[in-house]
Amino acid sequence: MTDHSATIAPGRGDQRGHTDESSGSHPVLSKDIWSDHDARSFGAPVESAPLVSIGGGMGSFAFTHILRIAGLTAHDVRVISDIDRPYETYELLCRNSQIPAYERIRSDSGSMMDNIWGFPGYALRETFNRGLRRRAGLTGLGRALAPSWNVLLEPIGVDYYTPMSSQVFESCDREMVRLNWPGHLLPGTARNIRRRQEGGYFTVYLPRDRTRRQLRIVQSQHLHVSVGYPGLRFLPDLQRYRTEYGDSTSVVNAYEEHEHVYDQLRARGGTVIVRGSGIVAIRIVQRLLDDRAAGANLTIVHLFRNYVENSQGSGFQRRRGRRGFAYQGFNYPKSGWGGQLFDQMMRTESPEGRSAIIRRTGGTNIPHRRAWEKSLTAGLNGGWYRQLQGEVESVVPGHPGTVSRVRSANGSTQEVFADFIIDGTGLEADPREHRLLADLLDHGGAGINGSGRLDVDRNFEVRGTRSGSGRLYAIGAATLGGYVAPVDSFLGLQLASLLVADDLARQGFCKRIGPIRSTRQWWRWARNVAP
Amino acid sequence: MIPTLRGRLQTRLFAVIVIGGVCTALVTPLLPGFPPGTPVSERYVDTFSVLAAVLVLGIFWEFVYHFLQQFRWEKDWPTLFGLLTFANEVLLVWFALRLGWVPNIESLPPARLWITHFVIVWIVIFGFLNGPMKVVFIRWRFRGGRLVGP
Ligand SMILES: Cc1cc2nc3c(=O)[nH]c(=O)nc-3n(C[C@H](O)[C@H](O)[C@H](O)COP(=O)(O)OP(=O)(O)OC[C@H]3O[C@@H](n4cnc5c(N)ncnc54)[C@H](O)[C@@H]3O)c2cc1C
Repeated sequence: MTDHSATIAPGRGDQRGHTDESSGSHPVLSKDIWSDHDARSFGAPVESAPLVSIGGGMGSFAFTHILRIAGLTAHDVRVISDIDRPYETYELLCRNSQIPAYERIRSDSGSMMDNIWGFPGYALRETFNRGLRRRAGLTGLGRALAPSWNVLLEPIGVDYYTPMSSQVFESCDREMVRLNWPGHLLPGTARNIRRRQEGGYFTVYLPRDRTRRQLRIVQSQHLHVSVGYPGLRFLPDLQRYRTEYGDSTSVVNAYEEHEHVYDQLRARGGTVIVRGSGIVAIRIVQRLLDDRAAGANLTIVHLFRNYVENSQGSGFQRRRGRRGFAYQGFNYPKSGWGGQLFDQMMRTESPEGRSAIIRRTGGTNIPHRRAWEKSLTAGLNGGWYRQLQGEVESVVPGHPGTVSRVRSANGSTQEVFADFIIDGTGLEADPREHRLLADLLDHGGAGINGSGRLDVDRNFEVRGTRSGSGRLYAIGAATLGGYVAPVDSFLGLQLASLLVADDLARQGFCKRIGPIRSTRQWWRWARNVAP
Repeated sequence: MIPTLRGRLQTRLFAVIVIGGVCTALVTPLLPGFPPGTPVSERYVDTFSVLAAVLVLGIFWEFVYHFLQQFRWEKDWPTLFGLLTFANEVLLVWFALRLGWVPNIESLPPARLWITHFVIVWIVIFGFLNGPMKVVFIRWRFRGGRLVGP
């Protein structure tokens, strides 16, 4: 279920609109494969580039960083994007879901968007970056050494180290300059992809330049798509409530701007229901518990559909669980990024088999954080944080606020009054909901995998889209269910990008990154010299 | 690290033979504890024999570690373990030396000689694997520690 009124991207925004003032339903768009003549008949200026990446977010950035190391130039790789800085969409989603600039995110020290090598990690960089620590209020030698000491011990007796979101932004800023990122950009929104009869692809896009909203076309040999999430996703009953009662103030999505909720709770107190038991839900709960600790008179009712009582699985497959939550450091077991789990996925040919592994090892889970555990305990004991397990039957207006009818496992129902409901269950990732991807499914030859996402092969080439010597690759959330479980994470995007770069190198499109090139390029990175 | 069994074995071979080898070649002339007047060639025979023992016993250890790793949900091998395993490995090498299992070495060499050697090699390998290795071999960390093969 998606909310078509909400947009998540800071750039041109909604990727789901289905009509457009200028695009048109030009008759040639009904053709799946275009000749050069078709492209000209479309009536838009045609430019060309060896490779085009669509998105310009974290995925496109990781990919471009690697291709530059593999010897390509800003001229070879053009990026169609609705944002200027690759982390803008990520930053917005973080901010809304309560990860401000100096809050810790959820990936490890070695997941660095500006550095494919993973060395020196964010922990070491934090130790040596005094300016950063000062801005984050982490002064003193102990606090400087803590990150490095932590990665040496983790996760034995300490929680995993994770960088602050501002570290990610700052490192991307530096790398953007080094790569001359603006030189790669074609600011705009991609609308359609068509295979070119003579090989390669045409991408129709709407430039961002608002004065001349005329479509343009880029012709390229290869295409790369990393467009993130199409939009917000609401639980069906909450979506129904929002549409039926036109109330998007009391019922909000964790990923949309919803500061009014905290403002009102701080000023007047009240009750808030949090739905979901994953990373976003716990962050929202944490924010609310912090506000409570700072004096807000609020009560949190945390609604669980699946309540994880204790550890699950057995023998070699046991995941920790407690108080409703399943625990693991990151969204997948670490080995998903290149160890045993990665190998297992690569070996699993059946899409259903891969989906099953993804459900078992991923799914809804949170990391263990000492501070969170402490405030959860305090909230449970003090009664201002309550947990409730059950299925929501209906949500109706409560004058004021909302009333949720919750049916618990034993069959009894109860009504919960709340001033606000925050849906922390997720973002939309169905490619059908994304205008460009839906078009790719209809006209580009792409198909759907066992998890309902774009079907890609082991090199992230979208199956069915090959066009002569041209290849179309996709990475990120749209390709979940492929051969890399954690593809929607920094390191997953990098790993996927490396696999794509290797595939391109095999075709002679770029250089293969061997030990000498790798070391020399790292040295350039270390000195902040262009690749 | 998130090693696979094959990755462990390949990394062990590479680390001990290449890094340990270079390291041993460099430090042998400087190591303390050789009887005065021992020719350099004999010193090298001694240190490389100890290194060979570390390699052979290490392969055995990798199987043990791989088994232990299965108890971890993450199927990872925390950095700390890379330091702690120093203890069991040095102990086994000591046994091997004492029992005369190590070719070319009849009796237990002085502790300050072989332990100094062992510690230096260990630290250099540990440092290399946690940093420069990833720079030189860009795919290593994504391939469970494998350097060659599928
Ligand atoms: C709140 C949150 C926290 C996260 N935290 C972490 C973390 O701590 N660690 C981690 O490893 N991963 C994390 N992730 C997961 C993931 O790494 C990020 O979501 C990452 O930004 C995904 O990169 P992407 O390229 O797929 O998408 P994005 O970074 O969202 O970039 C895609 C861009 O493409 C644009 N776009 C879409 N359609 C078009 C079009 N047709 N034409 C042009 N542009 C288009 C979008 O507007 C967007 O700007 C987090 C995700 C979320 C939502």
